[in-house]
Amino acid sequence: MNEWLDPLLLSRWQFGLTTVYHFLFVPLTIGLVTTVAIFQTAWYRTDKAKYLQLTHFFGKIFLINFAMGVVTGIVQEFQFGMNWSDYSRFVGDVFGAPLAFEGITAFFLEATFIGLWIFGWDKLPKGLHLATIWLTTVGSIASAYFIIAANAFMQNPVAYQINEVKGRAELTSIGELLTNPIAIAAFPHTIFACFMVSAGLIISVAAWHLSRNQHLETMRPALKFGLWMMVIAGALTTLMGDQLSLAMVQAQPMKMAAAEAMYHTATGANASFSIFTLGTPDGVSELFSIRIPYLLSFLSTHTFDGTVEGINNLQEQYVQLYGPGDYAPIIWVTYWSFRWMIGLGIAHILVAVAGLWFTRKGKSPQTWMWKIAIWSFPMSLLAMSVGWVFTEMGRQPWLVFGLLKTADGVSPNVSGLEILISLIAFTLLYGALAVVEFRLILKAVQKGPDDAPVPDPVSGEIKHTTTVY
Amino acid sequence: MELNILWFWIIAAMFIGYFVLDGFDFGVGMSLPFLGKDDTDRRVLINTIGPVWDLNETWVIVAGASLFAAFPEWYATMFSGFYLALLLILLALIARGVSFEYRHQRPELKWKKSFDTMIVVGSAVPALLWGVAFGNVVRGVPLDADFNYIGSFFDLLNPYALLAGLTTLLLFFTHGVIFVSTKTEGDIRVRARSLAIKSGLVTIVVAASFLVWTTLAYGTLASGILAAVAAVALITAYLANLRGNERTAFGLMAVTIGFAVLTLFASLFPDVMPASNDVANSLTIENASSTPYTLQVMSWTALIAAPVILGYQGWTYWVFRKRIGRSHIEAAVH
Repeated sequence: MNEWLDPLLLSRWQFGLTTVYHFLFVPLTIGLVTTVAIFQTAWYRTDKAKYLQLTHFFGKIFLINFAMGVVTGIVQEFQFGMNWSDYSRFVGDVFGAPLAFEGITAFFLEATFIGLWIFGWDKLPKGLHLATIWLTTVGSIASAYFIIAANAFMQNPVAYQINEVKGRAELTSIGELLTNPIAIAAFPHTIFACFMVSAGLIISVAAWHLSRNQHLETMRPALKFGLWMMVIAGALTTLMGDQLSLAMVQAQPMKMAAAEAMYHTATGANASFSIFTLGTPDGVSELFSIRIPYLLSFLSTHTFDGTVEGINNLQEQYVQLYGPGDYAPIIWVTYWSFRWMIGLGIAHILVAVAGLWFTRKGKSPQTWMWKIAIWSFPMSLLAMSVGWVFTEMGRQPWLVFGLLKTADGVSPNVSGLEILISLIAFTLLYGALAVVEFRLILKAVQKGPDDAPVPDPVSGEIKHTTTVY
Repeated sequence: MELNILWFWIIAAMFIGYFVLDGFDFGVGMSLPFLGKDDTDRRVLINTIGPVWDLNETWVIVAGASLFAAFPEWYATMFSGFYLALLLILLALIARGVSFEYRHQRPELKWKKSFDTMIVVGSAVPALLWGVAFGNVVRGVPLDADFNYIGSFFDLLNPYALLAGLTTLLLFFTHGVIFVSTKTEGDIRVRARSLAIKSGLVTIVVAASFLVWTTLAYGTLASGILAAVAAVALITAYLANLRGNERTAFGLMAVTIGFAVLTLFASLFPDVMPASNDVANSLTIENASSTPYTLQVMSWTALIAAPVILGYQGWTYWVFRKRIGRSHIEAAVH
């Protein structure tokens, strides 16, 4: 019984659950708001009805999703203090600033201008109304930067000094904190991945309608847009992922070793990347594996004769540095989440390239191809989630790498029972809302875009109806 | 002035912003069973805050993050100490927020009614519990030498804190109902005004008792003056509403809430979380704050951002300044 009421374990599950859940909505918010802004800009510049229809159609899906992102985000802001008070005391002087910046500069912008966009169709001039969706976009992307900069401090602490008396980390340079190499690399990687998720949604939705031969005049351009967005965002995500892994090897060599389940330091051809391992990936009994020689060396150092440190070697170093303890994350989690992230990412790019090929010059693909395309959205969300699982689980056992262990960050005065109650409450509420949200999005998707609006015969302008809840 | 003093009052200002703005959202939410005779009425009510509830709610996120950055120890002690209370607030805010967005997604009355219930509960719970939380902060809670709260959830439900909760609940309710009277037209506007006349009386009695208790038990001369201003503003708001000056009444309700929050912060100062068991364990603006460097960085950010934020938020309210009535709802598409 007491094992089940371990505050550390329960707090970790709760943080993991609520954060992964929150981050199902965030990438779609960031990606879709940008997409909707692009569609609305296209309408603004061309006056073509199909772009307005797409703006409203994807705008509606965006809003259903946005509401969930907003409300689950409040939990994130509160639970550092609620469940991780010793962590908050330790890092607040450093970590609090980017969070406050996020709120002051990004969240206010996003929350205000989304209201103006939703309800402002008939109240604002066309150009100003377009500006509101772009300002919402700026707000949501800026918030991503600040939260990634805060997260980067946990991966690779910079710009701090330790105050022994207070027992905390103290900020020494805000510029250095916000230009943490991990943040510089992780931010574009994450943003382009968000665009992949949005592209995935557009491809899924368009494929579903086109396979039924309906809404052709809007869904054909939507599909083309989604496919190109996936190819471009996919290529950039890959490129930035490569930059991130270089920075990661510098900051957290253990994470790279754990990503490859590589126990012994290897150089050149021996620093191979295994695509698939059969057997136990703990390195003890490998039955079969497909390996690409040199690839891990290249990924880690951008040279073919680089040396990649192994888990056991790093473990020895860390014991000398930080004292006795186990400094490796859970290897099977890092190994497989890393592979699923990369594998799904590449699969998406390939599907999109194939899609562009099979729909060139108005050609119609086979039925089975549509069926694959429809999976773009859930699979891109999965890739996003496992990517974050890798990033955060690969940081373990550290909460702040080299400075504070996860076990030392948990609130000492919150009981296991209290956390169990909150964990159950969040699980039930989040579960119920997931069902509602999924059904609402499905309904909105299946209904398809509204008919093209009819312009006023005299002025030629489109009269927008008042939006109400 | 020391920056930690400045940030103590900036935190106060952020909570004033939050309580004044989301306060009337809570009031509007709680008024659904009283003013919403049918679905159209309820939609009128919800649409008075439709475009702005999200930006209003964001004030608590910014206040929380600023608390974390400026006073990490205060943030850590309060949020871990009030764990279950904050959990209830979070669940309520989640339920309320999605309900605004989801209730109109389907036409069935049963669907809408279940979201209405979530809006009412999701508004009442935070309106009550924020008062309970701040009441306990002012009253003092047992803290150990590491500033960790060592009481239980039920210790938070003491008479003073419950009165504080009832005060915020009633203040927000009346504030929201008066807001409805400034934002609607027709029958609902009239009914809102007369509801505020009734609830206003109860609010005055409860809020006055709370302010007197605060002043006598925890107050200073300064907090006493602030409490008096709050009380006078509340009574004047009531009289203004009685005379049909809805907008003046609303403005005075905002002043009341602002000065009530100032009363609490002035009673606290220079503590931020007094320990009820041992003064040595109290968190103060000195031992709870971040370094001068961090506060300096934050001060510049706030200084530059504040006029911009207040500017675009004020403009938003101006864009949506028109009154809403049943005809607007009936004319809209969905």
